[in-house]
Amino acid sequence: MENIIEVKHLSYRYGKEQRPALNDVSFDVHRGEWLAIVGHNGSGKSTLAKSLDGLLPFTEGTVTVDGLELSPATVWQVREKIGMIFQNPDNQFVGATVEDDVAFGLENRQVTREDMIPRVKAAIEEVGMHDFAQREPSSLSGGQKQRVALAGIVAITPSILILDEATSMLDPLGRHDMLELVSKLRRDQKLTVISITHDIDEAANADRILVIDDGQLVQEASPAEIFALGEKLVDLGLDLPFTAKLKAALKKRGIEPPTNYQTMAEMEEWLWQSLSNT
Amino acid sequence: MAISFEHVTFTYQAGTPMAQTALEDVSFNLPDHGYLAIIGHTGSGKSTLVQQINALLKPTSGTIKIDDFTITPNTTNADLKPLRQHVGMVFQFPESQLFEETIRKDIAFGPQNFGMSPEDANELADQMLTTVGLDISYAERSPFELSGGQMRRVAIAGVLAMRPQVLILDEPTAGLDPQGRQEMMDLFEQLHREQGLTIVLVTHQMEDVAEYAEQVAIMREGRLVKFGDVQEAFGDPDWLLANQLDVPRAAQFAQQLAKRGFQWQPLPLTADQLAEQIAEQWQKRGTDHV
Repeated sequence: MENIIEVKHLSYRYGKEQRPALNDVSFDVHRGEWLAIVGHNGSGKSTLAKSLDGLLPFTEGTVTVDGLELSPATVWQVREKIGMIFQNPDNQFVGATVEDDVAFGLENRQVTREDMIPRVKAAIEEVGMHDFAQREPSSLSGGQKQRVALAGIVAITPSILILDEATSMLDPLGRHDMLELVSKLRRDQKLTVISITHDIDEAANADRILVIDDGQLVQEASPAEIFALGEKLVDLGLDLPFTAKLKAALKKRGIEPPTNYQTMAEMEEWLWQSLSNT
Repeated sequence: MAISFEHVTFTYQAGTPMAQTALEDVSFNLPDHGYLAIIGHTGSGKSTLVQQINALLKPTSGTIKIDDFTITPNTTNADLKPLRQHVGMVFQFPESQLFEETIRKDIAFGPQNFGMSPEDANELADQMLTTVGLDISYAERSPFELSGGQMRRVAIAGVLAMRPQVLILDEPTAGLDPQGRQEMMDLFEQLHREQGLTIVLVTHQMEDVAEYAEQVAIMREGRLVKFGDVQEAFGDPDWLLANQLDVPRAAQFAQQLAKRGFQWQPLPLTADQLAEQIAEQWQKRGTDHV
């Protein structure tokens, strides 16, 4: 499979800190995949995301994005390819209205007005915010704000979308809608998605999961393999899926469920089989 | 402290063309040492409701009683000082309110404002630092060198230093990682259990409600649509779904099994409750075989 991002031996140290925030991290991102990066607060996940976009000048290693090696000379070309959404929706607005905000990226790229108007309109339509085009961003809910931020990214048509805990401040409904929207954008815009998250549902959407701990890449696996770790998931900075919690509670009561990863449906089937055989 | 709301209505910018009613005829009684979770959608009035409890917002009509204190639309701010000392409020993202040079000074700020000597306030600050699970060696450090989760602990220590009897928490775990969330919820549970604090928790985390709360208030469009114990609030998942509220995972799972003929009494709301009832049926199965 073709790699859209290649990271080799990446290290980064903040200021005078003794411990590196990133320590010799290497991995690839395949074109078109959804890659989740998980880990504790402070594990280095966000540092990693910022390194990919040239927001942090890493000290060692190389990052290659879509064939371009990241350097001060190429950073602006690389940023053309990457759209990033951060955790706090309030920290990423510049425009007085939703439309203005979405147009900001295009203005920076000196897109002509004739070209800009339809692109802004289309991007706002794409995220389902057309009724809010003239609204002030501050009057929107958290989930709506993240939609607008996504529209700003759609407008500049990058090939990679990075979500840095972008759903962690949303309510459950907002989180669910946002993940559906990202799935749709990924399909429609042929995006590669990298999501940095603690949310088990968000990680479950991914094709692959990377686990970062203490600045190092400690594991790379499919969601099913990762979720099979059960109670160890908490050490990885992820929430426990409900089935893992239930298994632990059953074990405490002397009932030994099958050890491999089980979905809710499999768990239900197993319990039903076990208890109805009377 | 017991809290009662009697027909409380609150309108933002009342009497102007911009008037917007955020609470409508809300009444309930929360017993002393209660643990109340307030749930509902964004914009349903949860935050407006909790701001009435320490009178940051005063009712447009109706009465709020908190032990011997009474808040009416006519209560003046001078009358409220003693009440505000008893009701501690932790806002969303409280770490954004830190401002002092050192962590000790930041925690000691509130008590000094209410007249405590600097020495006593500093001593209390160190005590509170330990209560929230931070080492005393942090006292001289700047709060701005800490991680997000640690900063939040310091901010909560500052509220606890006021020795409140009621602690209001507005989405206190938003944005923390799962372990940080768990530690935070354990801290509140401990304060509730060991020091008898009345807790009022605004949250979207239904699992936390099922796990920790004793009473639940469900808000919708400014109205209190349900008030009762956790079982009353969550015992009818169909009602919750119809109101677009999340059902705790354990209850969802139990409902699926119920469709296949499992019987629950009552409907389990946490993984532990579910496992307990499964274990009972498991043993019965054993005896049936014999």
